Amino acid sequence: MFPARYWREIPQRYRLEANKCKKCGRTYFPPRLVCADCKSRDFEPLKLKDEGKLLTYTVIRVPPSQFIEQSPYAIGIVELDGGTRILTQIADCNLDKLQIGMRLKIEFRKIQQDGEAGILCYGYKCVPV
Amino acid sequence: MTGIVGYGAYIPRNRIKLEEIAKVWGADAPSYKRGLLLYEKSVPSPDQDTITMSVEATKSALKRANIPPEEIGAVYVGSESHPYAVKPSGTVLAEAIGATPEVHCADYEFACKAGSEAMFVCIGLVESGSVKYGLAVGADTSQGAPGDALEYSAAAGAAAFIFGKDNAIAKVHHTYSYMTDTPDFWRREYQFYPRHASRFTGEPAYFKHIIGAAKGIMDKARMKPEDFNYVIFHQPNGKFPQRVGKMLGFKKEQIEPGWLSPTLGNTYSGSSPMGLTSTFDISKPGDKILMVSYGSGAGSDAFILEVTERIDEIRDKAPKTRWMLDNNKTYIEYGTYAKYREKIRMGT
Ligand SMILES: [Zn+2]
Repeated sequence: MFPARYWREIPQRYRLEANKCKKCGRTYFPPRLVCADCKSRDFEPLKLKDEGKLLTYTVIRVPPSQFIEQSPYAIGIVELDGGTRILTQIADCNLDKLQIGMRLKIEFRKIQQDGEAGILCYGYKCVPV
Repeated sequence: MTGIVGYGAYIPRNRIKLEEIAKVWGADAPSYKRGLLLYEKSVPSPDQDTITMSVEATKSALKRANIPPEEIGAVYVGSESHPYAVKPSGTVLAEAIGATPEVHCADYEFACKAGSEAMFVCIGLVESGSVKYGLAVGADTSQGAPGDALEYSAAAGAAAFIFGKDNAIAKVHHTYSYMTDTPDFWRREYQFYPRHASRFTGEPAYFKHIIGAAKGIMDKARMKPEDFNYVIFHQPNGKFPQRVGKMLGFKKEQIEPGWLSPTLGNTYSGSSPMGLTSTFDISKPGDKILMVSYGSGAGSDAFILEVTERIDEIRDKAPKTRWMLDNNKTYIEYGTYAKYREKIRMGT
């Protein structure tokens, strides 16, 4: 990952910063500049909750090369308390015990590293509560 | 008076038993257990490092402190396993908790004493009024060379403390440092694993400096071992903190609440600071606590703290340290451990 792109996404990757349309109330994660529903540009920042439940998941057994030491691992859609849904890795879990509806919480993790010499990219993942 | 306004710890969920390591190297597990009082140790997942554990420990400290993160004026991470050789760990931590951009940030290094160094500096800055709140973290994901004695103890964990003047859960009454140049443990640039001077790491290193710092601060405070409810020493294994405690005249009951190493291992910069968090978890208002760190190279920082009434309000606002040590554990085999800790070099 290029440093500039990683850096631009730090507020949402590190702190789960979303935004909420002041006119119609829809929330966006990652944040948007123009509301897709009402076209308003008037937003307020919103910090997402750090707990939620698992909506659905899949297990990756043939990962891209930089994730090989974590294989097999789960990727899921998690609905955070407050209703926002995120796509994230489910870390530190027993894959046989993953269940739709189970409670998960956000933890700060290393997401990937750019080879042996590139930057380290951090962000959120979910783990069982 | 300056005090700790919030504290937190983090322990990764993976564990490896001492027998599992001994089996691979043909070592005698029962003699290690008896000799070092080590039974198992924590292992970070492949996506965890000093930075990620520092963030989690700090989130717990913030929950207990209940302060706006932007009022933290100093963010210091002490570690001997900073993920980057050049680029601070502290900037990631400060950004992740929302303390940027009006904040002073630095990484500290001093073998296992880096965490208490960060605490020492924060106390000075808060006391002088330079910053309102200071955050000090001790965290490590330390490594021993495969088959080396350190492999049985080198573990992972973090502790975070927020210092401030109002609403302290523990007041800092005294600080004291005791240093000499002692080459007992080191790692040169570009070397993957540290080296140590085997038995030389004991008497002239660990014991001399901890005893020097403990006696020095007790003289300064005009206090004796029996004046303290609890004491925490650096924990390179299970045995050393018990032995140094006995040499100084402390009882087992004073050491036990902060004595995590038998099932945690040595978390290096996190070691005595994590012991302090688990001691706070069970302490009562008015309790007096002595903490003495040790870092090879070599030196000790000592602190005398007094717990306040606010401890009862904030203790349960984040996971307790011993709860994390005893729950949600996943035992792994040596092969998984070697993969997680990148002891297997990939051909990519
Ligand atoms: Zn809208």
